[in-house]
Amino acid sequence: MSDRWRHPAIKAIAIGCSAGGLDVLHVILPLLPADFALPVVVVAHIGPSAENLIVGALRRDCLLPVVEAEERMTVTPGTIHVAPPDYHLLVEADHTFSLSVDSKVNNSRPSIDVFLASAADAWGSGLAAVLLTGANCDGVGGMAAVKAADGFCIVQDPATAYAPIMPQSAIDAGIADRVLTPEGIAALIVSFHSSSHKGAVA
Amino acid sequence: MPAKSASIHSIELDLFIEAMTRRHGYDFSNYARASLKRRVAGLAQKLGFASVAELLPRLLYDGDLLPEILAGLSVPVTKMFRDPMVFKAMVETLLPMLATYPRLNIWQAGCATGEEVYSLAILLEEAGLLHKAQIYATDINDAALAKAEEGIFPAKMVEEHADNYLHAGGTRTLASHFSLGYGFAKVSGAIKDHISFAHHNLVSDGVFCEVNLVVCRNVLIYFDRHLQDRVLGLFETSLSRGGFLCLGSKENIAFSAAAPHFTPVNAALRLYKKSGGTS
Ligand SMILES: C[S@@+](CC[C@H](N)C(=O)[O-])C[C@H]1O[C@@H](n2cnc3c(N)ncnc32)[C@H](O)[C@@H]1O
Repeated sequence: MSDRWRHPAIKAIAIGCSAGGLDVLHVILPLLPADFALPVVVVAHIGPSAENLIVGALRRDCLLPVVEAEERMTVTPGTIHVAPPDYHLLVEADHTFSLSVDSKVNNSRPSIDVFLASAADAWGSGLAAVLLTGANCDGVGGMAAVKAADGFCIVQDPATAYAPIMPQSAIDAGIADRVLTPEGIAALIVSFHSSSHKGAVA
Repeated sequence: MPAKSASIHSIELDLFIEAMTRRHGYDFSNYARASLKRRVAGLAQKLGFASVAELLPRLLYDGDLLPEILAGLSVPVTKMFRDPMVFKAMVETLLPMLATYPRLNIWQAGCATGEEVYSLAILLEEAGLLHKAQIYATDINDAALAKAEEGIFPAKMVEEHADNYLHAGGTRTLASHFSLGYGFAKVSGAIKDHISFAHHNLVSDGVFCEVNLVVCRNVLIYFDRHLQDRVLGLFETSLSRGGFLCLGSKENIAFSAAAPHFTPVNAALRLYKKSGGTS
């Protein structure tokens, strides 16, 4: 992998996934230690339902608090935020969340592209974006936006993905800084946290 | 240092907002910026411009373009009986408390193409309250308002929402409130007669009458906190003593300056009552 990545500090982690995503989230997110100090935002394709099933499922296994992202809520360090079903999730320049019920994008709401485009604006080179398993191409455009804003792009190794289309499309688009197994992704995310400890973070 | 493309897009958005405010009197500066940026970019693309900057001359010099701009900016995504439990609670909890009033004024702000206000009116009719109700349904999108006023929908929409209608507490059939034909379904006159559609901008327009219930769902999510506070204040002023407010299922009143003026009736379903006291 190229080593063009020389960022001083990652400030936020965004994770997008679709088909098979919940299983991978269950591998990665419980590996984040209780003192993990960066905010994590998860955008997963799930059917519209009044209840956010992912929040409940992750809460059981994670050491970090897991909450549904709410409009105008400030993105919180050391917390896993999950997009609500049937709304697009966006993040503003002041690092508060916004929601929208605009039309589906890539046949998805929430759309990973919509979130990542806003997150690339909000965090620029401080964003690490992770694209996991999925059976469509949502997220690829968003990863390109992250890359264009000098963010860091991590893609699940399609060989380990339940549905390889989404990660493979990102790799084919030439925007993956790292291609890793779920365990490898977890280790890398944890290392962002340690390096942010060394460099004094505001 | 030259600007990166992200900040160029940000400059374009600022110019667009400035032009809309000063040229057309529509101030979008307190909209949540991330989704506004998306919509402005989508609008420029839809109108065939390579960038938002290229749209600006037309925006400034072609006054006829405004309706199209507003229609593109306020994408009227809506459906009948969205969140049926909310409608059920409105009918079962709020309406009985309002049933004793001789007249019932309702304001639905951000009605889009009308699906939601017709859903409410249908349930009012079934509850025997529509005859004394006057519903004002408002929006800034005139194209959407015109569609709403027409009340003609694809027949398959009625089929698709029949289940939600029942979950919302409907006691007959959804189709019984429409006249069907040629693949289209027209809302019955008995329902339409009680709804007035009007242009009203929550950013700049004021109170237009006293109401017992304000329904405003999935509109505040597009506003920043400052504008949310303004609009909630407007609702508070419009509501009669003990009147009710219904917001969208993901809309938060808790952080708002207006929060003290509203008491939750059902916080999970975003139903509030105007607190007694001052007014
Ligand atoms: C997503 S739709 C919500 C429709 C419906 N209430 C629902 O929940 O299904 C948002 C609506 O708010 C309208 N809107 C946006 N800004 C507005 C403003 N400043 N004043 C009035 N309506 C506005 C838009 O035109 C659009 O029709």
